[in-house]
Amino acid sequence: MHDRLMLRRLPPISPITFSLAVALAALVIVSAGQVAPSPGQLAGGIPRMANLVDRMMPPNLEPDFLLRVFWRMVETFQIALVGTVVGVVLSLPFAWLSARDITPIGPFRHISRMLVSLFRTVPDLVWALLFVSAVGLGAVAGTMTIVIDTIGFCGRFFAEAMEDADKKPQEALFAIGAKRFSVLCGAVLPDAMPSLINTTLFALEKAVRSSVVLGLVGAGGIGQELKVAFDLFQYRNASTIILVIFAIVVVMELATDRLRSKVQ
Amino acid sequence: MTAIILARDLAKNYPNGKAVFSNIGLNIVARERVALIGSNGAGKSTLLKCLIGLLPSSDGEIVTLGERFRSTPSLAQLQRIRRQIGFVFQHHGLVNRQSVLTNVLQGKLGLPGGWRAWHHSIAKQHWREEAMQSLADVRLLDKAGARADALSGGQAQRVAIARALVRRPKLLIADEPAASLDPTAGRDVMSIFSDLALEHGITFIYTTHDMQHALEYSDRIIALKAGKVFFDRSTADVTRADLRDVFDA
Ligand SMILES: Nc1ncnc2c1ncn2[C@@H]1O[C@H](COP(=O)(O)OP(=O)(O)OP(=O)(O)O)[C@@H](O)[C@H]1O
Ligand SMILES: [Mg+2]
Repeated sequence: MHDRLMLRRLPPISPITFSLAVALAALVIVSAGQVAPSPGQLAGGIPRMANLVDRMMPPNLEPDFLLRVFWRMVETFQIALVGTVVGVVLSLPFAWLSARDITPIGPFRHISRMLVSLFRTVPDLVWALLFVSAVGLGAVAGTMTIVIDTIGFCGRFFAEAMEDADKKPQEALFAIGAKRFSVLCGAVLPDAMPSLINTTLFALEKAVRSSVVLGLVGAGGIGQELKVAFDLFQYRNASTIILVIFAIVVVMELATDRLRSKVQ
Repeated sequence: MTAIILARDLAKNYPNGKAVFSNIGLNIVARERVALIGSNGAGKSTLLKCLIGLLPSSDGEIVTLGERFRSTPSLAQLQRIRRQIGFVFQHHGLVNRQSVLTNVLQGKLGLPGGWRAWHHSIAKQHWREEAMQSLADVRLLDKAGARADALSGGQAQRVAIARALVRRPKLLIADEPAASLDPTAGRDVMSIFSDLALEHGITFIYTTHDMQHALEYSDRIIALKAGKVFFDRSTADVTRADLRDVFDA
Protein backbone atom coordinates (compact mmCIF):
# COMPACT_ATOMS: atom_id res chain seq x y z
CA MET A 1 0.00 0.00 0.00
CA HIS A 2 2.59 2.44 1.18
CA ASP A 3 5.02 1.41 -1.53
CA ARG A 4 2.51 1.80 -4.27
CA LEU A 5 1.67 5.32 -3.10
CA MET A 6 5.31 6.18 -3.04
CA LEU A 7 5.83 4.80 -6.51
CA ARG A 8 2.95 6.72 -7.90
CA ARG A 9 4.28 9.92 -6.47
CA LEU A 10 7.75 9.46 -7.98
CA PRO A 11 7.63 10.47 -11.62
CA PRO A 12 9.19 7.89 -13.94
CA ILE A 13 12.47 8.87 -15.62
CA SER A 14 11.75 9.93 -19.16
CA PRO A 15 13.86 8.43 -21.99
CA ILE A 16 15.20 11.89 -22.80
CA THR A 17 16.40 12.49 -19.23
CA PHE A 18 17.99 9.04 -19.23
CA SER A 19 19.87 9.56 -22.50
CA LEU A 20 21.07 12.99 -21.36
CA ALA A 21 22.37 11.49 -18.11
CA VAL A 22 24.23 8.76 -19.99
CA ALA A 23 25.72 11.26 -22.42
CA LEU A 24 26.85 13.48 -19.55
CA ALA A 25 28.47 10.56 -17.74
CA ALA A 26 30.31 9.54 -20.92
CA LEU A 27 31.54 13.11 -21.40
CA VAL A 28 32.92 13.26 -17.86
CA ILE A 29 34.68 9.90 -18.20
CA VAL A 30 36.27 10.73 -21.56
CA SER A 31 37.38 14.16 -20.33
CA ALA A 32 38.83 12.75 -17.15
CA GLY A 33 40.91 10.35 -19.24
CA GLN A 34 42.42 13.34 -21.02
CA VAL A 35 42.93 15.96 -18.28
CA ALA A 36 42.77 14.33 -14.85
CA PRO A 37 46.02 13.06 -13.32
CA SER A 38 46.59 9.35 -13.91
CA PRO A 39 47.36 7.16 -10.85
CA GLY A 40 50.95 7.02 -12.10
CA GLN A 41 51.23 10.80 -12.23
CA LEU A 42 49.65 11.08 -8.79
CA ALA A 43 52.08 8.51 -7.40
CA GLY A 44 55.03 10.39 -8.89
CA GLY A 45 53.59 13.83 -8.11
CA ILE A 46 53.07 13.44 -4.41
CA PRO A 47 56.75 12.88 -3.56
CA ARG A 48 57.72 15.73 -5.88
CA MET A 49 55.20 17.98 -4.14
CA ALA A 50 56.63 16.90 -0.78
CA ASN A 51 60.09 17.67 -2.07
CA LEU A 52 58.97 21.12 -3.19
CA VAL A 53 57.38 21.90 0.17
CA ASP A 54 60.57 20.71 1.80
CA ARG A 55 62.62 23.14 -0.30
CA MET A 56 60.20 25.92 0.64
CA MET A 57 61.02 25.48 4.31
CA PRO A 58 61.88 27.47 6.24
CA PRO A 59 60.40 30.64 4.68
CA ASN A 60 62.95 33.34 3.91
CA LEU A 61 62.81 35.90 6.74
CA GLU A 62 65.83 38.04 5.87
CA PRO A 63 65.03 41.68 6.68
CA ASP A 64 66.04 42.89 3.22
CA PHE A 65 63.74 40.46 1.53
CA LEU A 66 60.90 41.08 3.98
CA LEU A 67 61.18 44.80 3.32
CA ARG A 68 60.94 44.21 -0.42
CA VAL A 69 57.91 41.99 0.08
CA PHE A 70 56.42 44.66 2.33
CA TRP A 71 56.71 47.35 -0.35
CA ARG A 72 55.36 45.00 -2.99
CA MET A 73 52.42 44.32 -0.71
CA VAL A 74 51.86 48.04 -0.26
CA GLU A 75 51.84 48.39 -4.02
CA THR A 76 49.32 45.54 -4.27
CA PHE A 77 47.08 47.36 -1.83
CA GLN A 78 47.41 50.60 -3.72
CA ILE A 79 46.39 48.84 -6.93
CA ALA A 80 43.40 47.28 -5.20
CA LEU A 81 42.33 50.43 -3.41
CA VAL A 82 42.71 52.92 -6.24
CA GLY A 83 41.26 50.44 -8.72
CA THR A 84 38.24 49.79 -6.51
CA VAL A 85 37.56 53.44 -5.72
CA VAL A 86 37.82 54.55 -9.34
CA GLY A 87 35.85 51.48 -10.41
CA VAL A 88 33.07 52.12 -7.91
CA VAL A 89 32.79 55.77 -8.93
CA LEU A 90 32.58 54.79 -12.61
CA SER A 91 30.12 52.00 -11.79
CA LEU A 92 27.53 54.50 -10.60
CA PRO A 93 26.87 56.06 -14.02
CA PHE A 94 27.00 52.64 -15.66
CA ALA A 95 24.47 51.33 -13.15
CA TRP A 96 22.24 54.36 -13.58
CA LEU A 97 22.27 53.95 -17.35
CA SER A 98 21.55 50.21 -17.03
CA ALA A 99 18.85 50.13 -14.37
CA ARG A 100 15.35 49.31 -15.57
CA ASP A 101 12.79 52.14 -15.06
CA ILE A 102 15.48 54.39 -13.65
CA THR A 103 17.71 54.79 -16.68
CA PRO A 104 17.44 58.11 -18.51
CA ILE A 105 18.11 56.48 -21.89
CA GLY A 106 15.20 54.05 -22.17
CA PRO A 107 15.88 50.92 -24.22
CA PHE A 108 19.46 52.01 -24.88
CA ARG A 109 20.18 50.87 -21.34
CA HIS A 110 20.95 47.45 -22.82
CA ILE A 111 24.09 48.90 -24.43
CA SER A 112 25.37 49.90 -21.00
CA ARG A 113 24.40 46.52 -19.57
CA MET A 114 26.20 44.68 -22.33
CA LEU A 115 29.32 46.74 -21.78
CA VAL A 116 29.23 45.91 -18.07
CA SER A 117 28.74 42.22 -18.92
CA LEU A 118 31.73 42.36 -21.22
CA PHE A 119 33.86 43.83 -18.45
CA ARG A 120 32.68 41.09 -16.12
CA THR A 121 32.87 38.03 -18.34
CA VAL A 122 36.38 38.58 -19.69
CA PRO A 123 38.65 37.24 -16.90
CA ASP A 124 40.84 39.73 -15.07
CA LEU A 125 44.09 38.09 -16.20
CA VAL A 126 43.05 38.63 -19.80
CA TRP A 127 42.38 42.33 -19.12
CA ALA A 128 45.75 42.50 -17.38
CA LEU A 129 47.49 41.06 -20.44
CA LEU A 130 45.73 43.61 -22.64
CA PHE A 131 46.69 46.53 -20.42
CA VAL A 132 50.26 45.34 -20.04
CA SER A 133 50.54 45.37 -23.83
CA ALA A 134 48.91 48.78 -23.95
CA VAL A 135 50.67 50.69 -21.16
CA GLY A 136 53.62 48.42 -20.38
CA LEU A 137 54.62 46.33 -17.39
CA GLY A 138 53.82 47.56 -13.91
CA ALA A 139 51.21 48.74 -11.46
CA VAL A 140 49.34 51.06 -13.85
CA ALA A 141 48.20 48.08 -15.93
CA GLY A 142 47.14 46.38 -12.70
CA THR A 143 45.09 49.36 -11.55
CA MET A 144 43.33 49.61 -14.89
CA THR A 145 42.50 45.93 -14.70
CA ILE A 146 40.95 46.33 -11.26
CA VAL A 147 38.95 49.33 -12.48
CA ILE A 148 37.45 47.33 -15.33
CA ASP A 149 36.88 44.32 -13.11
CA THR A 150 35.14 46.47 -10.49
CA ILE A 151 32.86 48.08 -13.07
CA GLY A 152 31.92 44.62 -14.28
CA PHE A 153 31.01 43.58 -10.76
CA CYS A 154 29.61 46.76 -9.20
CA GLY A 155 27.98 48.00 -12.39
CA ARG A 156 25.73 44.98 -12.32
CA PHE A 157 24.94 44.83 -8.62
CA PHE A 158 24.54 48.60 -8.26
CA ALA A 159 21.99 48.51 -11.08
CA GLU A 160 20.10 45.72 -9.32
CA ALA A 161 20.16 47.66 -6.07
CA MET A 162 18.74 50.72 -7.85
CA GLU A 163 16.01 48.62 -9.45
CA ASP A 164 15.11 47.20 -6.04
CA ALA A 165 14.84 50.63 -4.41
CA ASP A 166 11.42 51.55 -3.01
CA LYS A 167 9.22 52.77 -5.91
CA LYS A 168 6.73 54.78 -3.86
CA PRO A 169 8.93 57.74 -2.98
CA GLN A 170 10.13 57.82 -6.59
CA GLU A 171 6.54 58.08 -7.80
CA ALA A 172 5.77 60.76 -5.24
CA LEU A 173 8.74 62.84 -6.41
CA PHE A 174 8.06 62.34 -10.12
CA ALA A 175 4.50 63.53 -9.51
CA ILE A 176 5.76 66.92 -8.36
CA GLY A 177 7.97 67.23 -11.39
CA ALA A 178 11.35 66.18 -9.99
CA LYS A 179 14.01 65.44 -12.61
CA ARG A 180 15.29 61.89 -13.07
CA PHE A 181 18.67 62.80 -11.70
CA SER A 182 17.09 64.41 -8.63
CA VAL A 183 15.02 61.33 -7.99
CA LEU A 184 18.18 59.25 -8.32
CA CYS A 185 20.08 61.34 -5.79
CA GLY A 186 17.19 62.10 -3.45
CA ALA A 187 15.38 58.77 -3.34
CA VAL A 188 17.05 55.91 -5.21
CA LEU A 189 20.62 56.19 -3.93
CA PRO A 190 19.73 56.74 -0.25
CA ASP A 191 17.45 53.73 -0.38
CA ALA A 192 20.03 51.55 -2.11
CA MET A 193 22.91 52.74 0.06
CA PRO A 194 23.35 49.68 2.34
CA SER A 195 23.42 47.44 -0.70
CA LEU A 196 25.86 49.74 -2.51
CA ILE A 197 28.22 49.73 0.47
CA ASN A 198 28.04 45.95 0.80
CA THR A 199 28.81 45.49 -2.85
CA THR A 200 31.70 47.93 -2.60
CA LEU A 201 33.20 45.99 0.29
CA PHE A 202 32.92 42.75 -1.68
CA ALA A 203 34.53 44.49 -4.62
CA LEU A 204 37.42 45.62 -2.45
CA GLU A 205 37.94 42.12 -1.12
CA LYS A 206 37.82 40.73 -4.64
CA ALA A 207 40.23 43.42 -5.84
CA VAL A 208 42.81 42.50 -3.20
CA ARG A 209 42.62 38.87 -4.27
CA SER A 210 42.94 39.67 -7.95
CA SER A 211 45.65 42.27 -7.53
CA VAL A 212 47.72 39.55 -5.85
CA VAL A 213 47.78 37.42 -9.01
CA LEU A 214 47.94 40.24 -11.55
CA GLY A 215 51.71 40.37 -11.07
CA LEU A 216 51.95 36.93 -12.64
CA VAL A 217 51.36 38.56 -16.02
CA GLY A 218 53.46 41.60 -15.18
CA ALA A 219 50.79 43.99 -13.96
CA GLY A 220 52.55 44.95 -10.74
CA GLY A 221 52.15 44.01 -7.10
CA ILE A 222 53.21 41.05 -5.01
CA GLY A 223 52.41 38.53 -7.74
CA GLN A 224 55.37 39.80 -9.72
CA GLU A 225 57.65 38.90 -6.80
CA LEU A 226 56.08 35.45 -6.59
CA LYS A 227 56.66 34.80 -10.25
CA VAL A 228 60.29 35.86 -9.96
CA ALA A 229 60.75 33.55 -6.97
CA PHE A 230 59.39 30.55 -8.90
CA ASP A 231 61.23 31.42 -12.10
CA LEU A 232 64.53 31.57 -10.20
CA PHE A 233 63.75 28.49 -8.08
CA GLN A 234 63.88 30.61 -4.90
CA TYR A 235 61.34 28.45 -3.15
CA ARG A 236 62.01 29.83 0.34
CA ASN A 237 61.14 33.30 -0.95
CA ALA A 238 58.03 31.90 -2.55
CA SER A 239 56.80 30.39 0.70
CA THR A 240 57.22 33.70 2.52
CA ILE A 241 55.22 35.46 -0.16
CA ILE A 242 52.49 32.83 -0.11
CA LEU A 243 52.20 33.14 3.66
CA VAL A 244 52.02 36.92 3.46
CA ILE A 245 49.34 36.73 0.76
CA PHE A 246 47.39 34.25 2.83
CA ALA A 247 47.57 36.48 5.89
CA ILE A 248 46.55 39.59 3.96
CA VAL A 249 43.59 37.98 2.26
CA VAL A 250 42.33 36.58 5.56
CA VAL A 251 42.74 39.93 7.31
CA MET A 252 40.98 41.62 4.43
CA GLU A 253 38.04 39.24 4.62
CA LEU A 254 37.74 39.69 8.37
CA ALA A 255 37.89 43.47 8.02
CA THR A 256 35.27 43.69 5.29
CA ASP A 257 33.01 41.23 7.12
CA ARG A 258 33.28 43.41 10.16
CA LEU A 259 32.41 46.55 8.20
CA ARG A 260 29.56 44.81 6.43
CA SER A 261 27.93 43.84 9.69
CA LYS A 262 27.93 47.52 10.65
CA VAL A 263 25.93 48.59 7.59
CA GLN A 264 22.16 48.47 7.92
CA MET B 1 -14.17 84.18 -6.54
CA THR B 2 -11.12 82.85 -8.35
CA ALA B 3 -11.67 79.60 -10.18
CA ILE B 4 -9.05 76.99 -9.35
CA ILE B 5 -10.42 74.18 -11.48
CA LEU B 6 -12.96 74.38 -14.27
CA ALA B 7 -13.95 71.35 -16.27
CA ARG B 8 -16.49 71.05 -19.07
CA ASP B 9 -17.84 67.89 -20.70
CA LEU B 10 -14.90 65.97 -19.40
CA ALA B 11 -14.59 62.30 -20.42
CA LYS B 12 -11.98 59.65 -19.87
CA ASN B 13 -11.53 56.32 -21.61
CA TYR B 14 -8.46 54.26 -20.87
CA PRO B 15 -6.57 53.02 -23.94
CA ASN B 16 -7.86 49.52 -23.21
CA GLY B 17 -11.36 50.82 -24.01
CA LYS B 18 -12.48 51.15 -20.41
CA ALA B 19 -14.81 54.19 -20.19
CA VAL B 20 -14.45 55.68 -16.72
CA PHE B 21 -16.58 58.82 -16.88
CA SER B 22 -18.15 61.27 -19.32
CA ASN B 23 -19.86 64.65 -19.32
CA ILE B 24 -18.26 65.77 -16.10
CA GLY B 25 -18.59 69.46 -15.30
CA LEU B 26 -16.83 71.01 -12.31
CA ASN B 27 -16.16 74.45 -10.95
CA ILE B 28 -13.97 74.57 -7.89
CA VAL B 29 -13.06 77.97 -6.50
CA ALA B 30 -10.24 79.18 -4.30
CA ARG B 31 -10.22 78.17 -0.64
CA GLU B 32 -12.81 75.46 -1.09
CA ARG B 33 -12.36 72.15 0.67
CA VAL B 34 -13.83 69.51 -1.61
CA ALA B 35 -14.44 65.85 -0.82
CA LEU B 36 -14.65 63.53 -3.81
CA ILE B 37 -16.54 60.33 -3.03
CA GLY B 38 -17.76 57.25 -4.89
CA SER B 39 -17.41 53.49 -4.81
CA ASN B 40 -14.24 51.62 -5.73
CA GLY B 41 -13.52 52.08 -9.40
CA ALA B 42 -15.90 55.05 -9.71
CA GLY B 43 -13.03 57.06 -11.20
CA LYS B 44 -12.03 59.39 -8.37
CA SER B 45 -8.29 58.91 -8.75
CA THR B 46 -8.56 59.04 -12.52
CA LEU B 47 -10.51 62.30 -12.35
CA LEU B 48 -7.96 63.90 -10.03
CA LYS B 49 -5.11 62.94 -12.36
CA CYS B 50 -6.91 64.26 -15.43
CA LEU B 51 -7.66 67.57 -13.73
CA ILE B 52 -4.01 68.25 -13.00
CA GLY B 53 -2.76 66.99 -16.31
CA LEU B 54 -1.05 63.81 -15.13
CA LEU B 55 -3.37 61.71 -17.31
CA PRO B 56 -4.75 62.70 -20.71
CA SER B 57 -8.53 63.12 -20.78
CA SER B 58 -10.41 61.86 -23.81
CA ASP B 59 -12.78 64.76 -24.31
CA GLY B 60 -13.74 68.11 -22.86
CA GLU B 61 -11.88 71.14 -21.66
CA ILE B 62 -10.04 71.84 -18.42
CA VAL B 63 -8.78 75.07 -16.87
CA THR B 64 -6.56 74.34 -13.89
CA LEU B 65 -4.87 77.19 -12.04
CA GLY B 66 -5.36 79.40 -15.08
CA GLU B 67 -3.92 76.89 -17.58
CA ARG B 68 -6.45 76.00 -20.26
CA PHE B 69 -6.01 72.67 -22.03
CA ARG B 70 -7.73 69.80 -23.78
CA SER B 71 -6.50 66.23 -23.21
CA THR B 72 -3.05 67.09 -21.84
CA PRO B 73 -1.43 70.38 -20.94
CA SER B 74 1.71 71.41 -22.79
CA LEU B 75 4.94 70.68 -20.97
CA ALA B 76 5.28 74.31 -19.93
CA GLN B 77 1.69 74.35 -18.66
CA LEU B 78 2.19 71.10 -16.79
CA GLN B 79 5.26 72.54 -15.14
CA ARG B 80 3.40 75.71 -14.10
CA ILE B 81 0.50 73.63 -12.76
CA ARG B 82 2.77 71.29 -10.82
CA ARG B 83 4.61 74.15 -9.17
CA GLN B 84 1.40 75.30 -7.53
CA ILE B 85 0.19 71.90 -6.35
CA GLY B 86 1.04 69.72 -3.39
CA PHE B 87 0.22 66.01 -3.51
CA VAL B 88 -0.45 63.46 -0.80
CA PHE B 89 -1.33 59.87 -1.61
CA GLN B 90 -2.61 56.93 0.38
CA HIS B 91 0.96 55.80 0.90
CA HIS B 92 3.16 58.54 2.30
CA GLY B 93 5.98 57.75 -0.16
CA LEU B 94 8.74 59.00 2.12
CA VAL B 95 12.34 58.01 1.51
CA ASN B 96 12.89 55.66 4.44
CA ARG B 97 16.56 56.13 4.99
CA GLN B 98 16.51 59.92 4.91
CA SER B 99 15.81 62.30 7.73
CA VAL B 100 12.35 63.75 8.18
CA LEU B 101 13.75 67.19 7.37
CA THR B 102 15.25 65.96 4.09
CA ASN B 103 11.96 64.34 3.16
CA VAL B 104 10.12 67.60 3.71
CA LEU B 105 12.71 69.54 1.72
CA GLN B 106 12.26 67.15 -1.18
CA GLY B 107 8.94 68.85 -1.78
CA LYS B 108 11.14 71.52 -3.42
CA LEU B 109 12.44 69.08 -6.06
CA GLY B 110 11.16 70.13 -9.44
CA LEU B 111 11.42 73.82 -8.57
CA PRO B 112 14.28 75.84 -10.08
CA GLY B 113 17.49 74.92 -8.24
CA GLY B 114 15.66 71.87 -6.96
CA TRP B 115 18.81 69.76 -6.74
CA ARG B 116 19.57 71.50 -3.49
CA ALA B 117 16.67 69.60 -2.00
CA TRP B 118 18.47 66.24 -2.37
CA HIS B 119 19.58 66.41 1.21
CA HIS B 120 19.12 68.83 4.08
CA SER B 121 22.88 69.37 4.36
CA ILE B 122 23.08 71.13 0.98
CA ALA B 123 19.73 72.96 1.12
CA LYS B 124 19.43 76.72 0.94
CA GLN B 125 19.06 78.21 4.38
CA HIS B 126 15.63 79.72 3.74
CA TRP B 127 14.37 76.45 2.27
CA ARG B 128 15.47 74.72 5.41
CA GLU B 129 13.60 77.28 7.48
CA GLU B 130 10.49 76.82 5.36
CA ALA B 131 10.76 73.08 5.83
CA MET B 132 11.02 73.51 9.60
CA GLN B 133 7.97 75.79 9.47
CA SER B 134 6.04 73.12 7.56
CA LEU B 135 7.05 70.54 10.13
CA ALA B 136 5.82 72.86 12.85
CA ASP B 137 2.52 73.17 10.95
CA VAL B 138 2.02 69.41 11.15
CA ARG B 139 3.26 69.38 14.77
CA LEU B 140 6.36 67.27 14.10
CA LEU B 141 9.14 69.77 14.69
CA ASP B 142 10.72 67.48 17.27
CA LYS B 143 11.08 64.72 14.65
CA ALA B 144 13.07 66.77 12.14
CA GLY B 145 16.25 64.78 12.74
CA ALA B 146 14.63 61.36 12.98
CA ARG B 147 14.82 58.88 10.13
CA ALA B 148 11.59 58.53 8.20
CA ASP B 149 11.37 54.80 8.85
CA ALA B 150 11.24 55.48 12.59
CA LEU B 151 7.83 57.16 12.29
CA SER B 152 4.36 55.73 12.83
CA GLY B 153 2.00 55.63 9.86
CA GLY B 154 0.16 58.71 11.05
CA GLN B 155 3.35 60.66 11.63
CA ALA B 156 4.69 59.62 8.22
CA GLN B 157 1.53 60.89 6.57
CA ARG B 158 1.89 64.19 8.40
CA VAL B 159 5.44 64.46 7.06
CA ALA B 160 4.02 63.85 3.60
CA ILE B 161 1.65 66.76 4.23
CA ALA B 162 4.59 68.92 5.28
CA ARG B 163 6.39 67.90 2.09
CA ALA B 164 3.38 69.05 0.07
CA LEU B 165 3.05 72.22 2.12
CA VAL B 166 6.66 73.32 1.69
CA ARG B 167 5.85 73.92 -1.97
CA ARG B 168 3.58 76.77 -0.86
CA PRO B 169 0.83 75.27 -2.99
CA LYS B 170 -2.37 77.00 -4.09
CA LEU B 171 -3.97 73.61 -4.40
CA LEU B 172 -3.57 70.52 -2.24
CA ILE B 173 -4.57 67.21 -3.80
CA ALA B 174 -4.90 64.16 -1.56
CA ASP B 175 -5.97 60.73 -2.78
CA GLU B 176 -7.28 58.71 0.17
CA PRO B 177 -4.77 60.23 2.56
CA ALA B 178 -6.28 58.56 5.62
CA ALA B 179 -7.13 55.18 4.13
CA SER B 180 -4.28 53.24 5.73
CA LEU B 181 -4.42 54.96 9.10
CA ASP B 182 -6.23 53.99 12.28
CA PRO B 183 -9.30 56.10 13.16
CA THR B 184 -7.43 58.42 15.51
CA ALA B 185 -4.47 59.01 13.20
CA GLY B 186 -6.87 59.35 10.28
CA ARG B 187 -8.89 62.12 11.97
CA ASP B 188 -5.67 63.75 13.02
CA VAL B 189 -4.36 63.84 9.44
CA MET B 190 -7.67 65.08 8.05
CA SER B 191 -7.99 67.84 10.61
CA ILE B 192 -4.43 68.98 9.94
CA PHE B 193 -5.22 69.17 6.23
CA SER B 194 -8.40 71.03 6.88
CA ASP B 195 -6.90 73.51 9.35
CA LEU B 196 -3.94 74.23 7.08
CA ALA B 197 -6.20 74.74 4.09
CA LEU B 198 -8.30 77.22 6.02
CA GLU B 199 -5.34 78.96 7.62
CA HIS B 200 -3.25 79.34 4.45
CA GLY B 201 -6.17 79.79 2.09
CA ILE B 202 -5.28 76.64 0.14
CA THR B 203 -7.84 74.88 -2.00
CA PHE B 204 -8.05 71.29 -0.81
CA ILE B 205 -9.44 68.42 -2.87
CA TYR B 206 -9.41 64.93 -1.44
CA THR B 207 -10.95 61.54 -2.01
CA THR B 208 -12.16 59.37 0.82
CA HIS B 209 -14.24 56.31 1.61
CA ASP B 210 -14.89 57.58 5.13
CA MET B 211 -18.19 59.47 5.06
CA GLN B 212 -17.44 61.02 8.43
CA HIS B 213 -14.30 62.55 6.96
CA ALA B 214 -16.22 63.68 3.91
CA LEU B 215 -18.83 65.45 6.03
CA GLU B 216 -16.53 66.90 8.64
CA TYR B 217 -13.62 68.29 6.63
CA SER B 218 -15.24 69.72 3.52
CA ASP B 219 -17.28 72.67 2.32
CA ARG B 220 -18.55 70.73 -0.62
CA ILE B 221 -18.99 67.11 -1.60
CA ILE B 222 -18.84 65.77 -5.14
CA ALA B 223 -20.10 62.24 -5.62
CA LEU B 224 -19.28 60.13 -8.65
CA LYS B 225 -21.49 57.26 -9.68
CA ALA B 226 -21.73 55.27 -12.90
CA GLY B 227 -19.36 57.61 -14.70
CA LYS B 228 -21.35 60.77 -13.91
CA VAL B 229 -21.48 63.40 -11.21
CA PHE B 230 -24.18 61.96 -8.97
CA PHE B 231 -24.40 65.09 -6.88
CA ASP B 232 -22.28 68.15 -6.28
CA ARG B 233 -23.41 70.35 -3.45
CA SER B 234 -22.45 72.18 -0.34
CA THR B 235 -21.68 69.82 2.54
CA ALA B 236 -24.32 71.40 4.73
CA ASP B 237 -26.98 70.27 2.26
CA VAL B 238 -25.83 66.66 2.05
CA THR B 239 -27.94 64.18 4.00
CA ARG B 240 -27.11 60.68 5.17
CA ALA B 241 -29.61 59.38 2.65
CA ASP B 242 -27.74 61.14 -0.17
CA LEU B 243 -24.55 59.42 0.90
CA ARG B 244 -26.23 56.03 1.03
CA ASP B 245 -27.55 56.49 -2.51
CA VAL B 246 -24.03 57.05 -3.81
CA PHE B 247 -23.05 53.53 -2.87
CA ASP B 248 -26.34 51.76 -3.66
CA ALA B 249 -26.10 49.64 -6.76
N1 LIG C 1 -4.17 52.53 -16.02
C1 LIG C 1 -5.42 52.05 -16.20
N2 LIG C 1 -5.74 51.42 -17.34
C2 LIG C 1 -7.00 50.95 -17.55
N3 LIG C 1 -8.01 51.08 -16.66
C3 LIG C 1 -7.74 51.70 -15.48
C4 LIG C 1 -6.44 52.22 -15.20
N4 LIG C 1 -6.48 52.79 -13.98
C5 LIG C 1 -7.74 52.63 -13.54
N5 LIG C 1 -8.50 51.99 -14.43
C6 LIG C 1 -9.92 51.67 -14.31
O1 LIG C 1 -10.64 52.88 -14.27
C7 LIG C 1 -11.68 52.84 -13.31
C8 LIG C 1 -11.53 53.96 -12.32
O2 LIG C 1 -10.39 53.75 -11.51
P1 LIG C 1 -9.95 54.74 -10.36
O3 LIG C 1 -8.70 54.23 -9.80
O4 LIG C 1 -9.96 56.11 -10.91
O5 LIG C 1 -11.15 54.57 -9.35
P2 LIG C 1 -11.26 55.12 -7.86
O6 LIG C 1 -12.57 55.78 -7.77
O7 LIG C 1 -10.07 55.91 -7.51
O8 LIG C 1 -11.29 53.77 -7.05
P3 LIG C 1 -10.74 53.46 -5.58
O9 LIG C 1 -11.77 53.96 -4.65
O10 LIG C 1 -10.66 51.98 -5.55
O11 LIG C 1 -9.43 54.14 -5.43
C9 LIG C 1 -11.61 51.46 -12.67
O12 LIG C 1 -12.56 50.63 -13.27
C10 LIG C 1 -10.23 50.97 -13.01
O13 LIG C 1 -10.24 49.58 -13.15
MG1 LIG D 1 -8.46 55.69 -6.16
